[in-house]
Amino acid sequence: MTTPSKEALAKIAPVLTKRWLSPDAWKLSVYERLDGYTGLKKALKAHPDDLIQLIKDSGLRGRGGAGFPTGMKWGFIPQNDGKPHYLVVNADEGEPGTCQDLPLMMADPHSLIEGVIIASYAIRANFAAIYIRGEAIHAARRLRQAVDDARARGYLGRNILGSGFDLDVVVHSGAGAYICGEETALLDSLEGYRGQPRLRPPFPATHGLYNSPTVVNNVETIATVPYIVLGGSAWFRTMGTEKSPGTKIFSVSGRVVQPGQYECGLGVTLRQLIELCGGMKPGHNLRFWTPGGSSTPLLTDEHLDAPLDFEGMMGVGTMLGTAAVQIFSDQDCPVYATYRWIEFYHHESCGKCTPCREGNYWMKGILRRILSGQGTHADLDTLLDACDNLLGRSFCALGDGATSPVTSSIKYFKQDYLDYIEGRKAPMFSPGELVGAH
Amino acid sequence: MTSVQNHPLLDPALRESALEIIARYPEGKQRSALLPMLHLVQSAEGYVTPHGVAFCAELLGITKAEVSAVATFYTMYKRRPTGDWLVSVCTNTMCGVSGGDKIFDTLKEYLGVGHNQTTPEGDITLEHAECLAACDYAPVVTVNYEFYDEMDADKTMSLVKALQNGERPQPSRGARLCTFKELSRQLAGFSEERDGVMGDGPAGAPTLAGNRVAEQYGISVPGFDPDTPIGSREQKPAEKPASAPKAASDSKPAGDGPVVQDPKGAKNA
Repeated sequence: MTTPSKEALAKIAPVLTKRWLSPDAWKLSVYERLDGYTGLKKALKAHPDDLIQLIKDSGLRGRGGAGFPTGMKWGFIPQNDGKPHYLVVNADEGEPGTCQDLPLMMADPHSLIEGVIIASYAIRANFAAIYIRGEAIHAARRLRQAVDDARARGYLGRNILGSGFDLDVVVHSGAGAYICGEETALLDSLEGYRGQPRLRPPFPATHGLYNSPTVVNNVETIATVPYIVLGGSAWFRTMGTEKSPGTKIFSVSGRVVQPGQYECGLGVTLRQLIELCGGMKPGHNLRFWTPGGSSTPLLTDEHLDAPLDFEGMMGVGTMLGTAAVQIFSDQDCPVYATYRWIEFYHHESCGKCTPCREGNYWMKGILRRILSGQGTHADLDTLLDACDNLLGRSFCALGDGATSPVTSSIKYFKQDYLDYIEGRKAPMFSPGELVGAH
Repeated sequence: MTSVQNHPLLDPALRESALEIIARYPEGKQRSALLPMLHLVQSAEGYVTPHGVAFCAELLGITKAEVSAVATFYTMYKRRPTGDWLVSVCTNTMCGVSGGDKIFDTLKEYLGVGHNQTTPEGDITLEHAECLAACDYAPVVTVNYEFYDEMDADKTMSLVKALQNGERPQPSRGARLCTFKELSRQLAGFSEERDGVMGDGPAGAPTLAGNRVAEQYGISVPGFDPDTPIGSREQKPAEKPASAPKAASDSKPAGDGPVVQDPKGAKNA
């Protein structure tokens, strides 16, 4: 167990996670005692446009992976257009490695509900939906209770706290489809269709849920809103970096002493995160890691000091993604890890576009062949060729994301592939299981 | 076989529930009720049967083909009878390398069934799952989607044997177990009705890990004043920043970060 350095400790910043230490914070009475719904009361006295400006000023960027400025997204909603507006919260957490939204909704569900009400008021929405991953029933249960309790207390429903503002919130469980984390697939799913992405433009800001102006935001993004309303944009900007302000919950998993949720200012480095986690597990040395889930290209021990913010990760050829930091050691095989991720993308591809549906099918087969000791040198070219046909040519980001582990693992760990191909490493699967793979 | 008269989908209470689901969505947008209604039919029959498809189609005014197209798209809608206990083993990369692969192989051998298959007794359905969003607790197993954290093959065998003996071992987080059909009703969006269940499942060590470090070193976030005014376009510009904390300049990284007190608690070196 290592002791974290002063620099690492300076990055820890419990804002969103602070209430998690109170085991009953999911109860309305406890939440209120811990300053819950004070942000809402303050927000309802402000003009909605001023709230949008506040979020713009704060520099808050979407926490679901893309990092789009939240205030700008809200500002895209046309006002006085005579159409209903909608807020949809993307709680379909499923990007491999990502696990901060479920604990947040479990421990502090009202913080999300409070954010939903404020955001809906700002964009003038009277109906909001929280689309939560089906399997996350433990968190959905708490959210539904929170919605019921908030309604009973007058925080939801008609004329909220005498403001004249009405809002209904529905907690909608999905049914097991990673693709529904893609915002337009989510909207189709919420409308009762197969979760397949829509062609953009038009964007959800004008043609979203039920073809009306819609904001789709991630759980963490919305849960951050009440704190900005209370503390102000200038305070928010005292954390994180200039272009990536605020805190982010980093989901750290894998070969460290204490995996878990670490809320830090954006810009923390992997070296600092590992220190906060008590160091690497005994007997494990860092070999490769994802900065933000499996859809973000892998990094190695060369990147220990790259800042984990939107720009810093782009600077080293990857993305911050969901800040799902999965840490693998010299005891883990990057080829096998890639194979398992591609099996995932193959399973989760919605089938709408050919590059993703076929590309993942073939990449999975080729990776399995390599791991079975039957691969050829040409297989590596075929994999990269498949990635060329996927990246930028698939209908949505799922296909783009699938190329990340493949191209980055070949870039950094080609020797591992060659060891299987040239027979230096024992096959992981028996060739007998490979009928039809050639 | 259930006779047509007693068919669970003909229960008026179920129809009532379906109408309640439809009413949650804006007027004229009843098709949004389809996903929850498919969960509802699973709560009656344990899987999506042709009857279940017809039930949804009729109430929503869409065709059976449209309902089937949706039902077959999503993993959680089962097309064959499902046991009371749906045991899912995460075999995505992190859980896989941490022991999930071994757990799945062990269960396959013990239960004599493969992925998405149900034991001959009909009580347990086994599946391997993709990332269940609990990587900090890897490897994880779920029973009816309730989590059992930091598992291994032996612990999972004990869990499954307990289920076979009629026990309901307490999950690591979340509520105590209920059957797949009972759970499906909650997936359809109905509130938990069991007493005392909502408080089940305190957060585990990984969830609180960052907080514990902050606590140990006395770290809190400074400068948070809940009375900071929300700027208004109607105010004169000069008034706006008066009582707000000084904004980080545009040219430098923001702030000094949180306050770190003297790390006296560093006794874990």
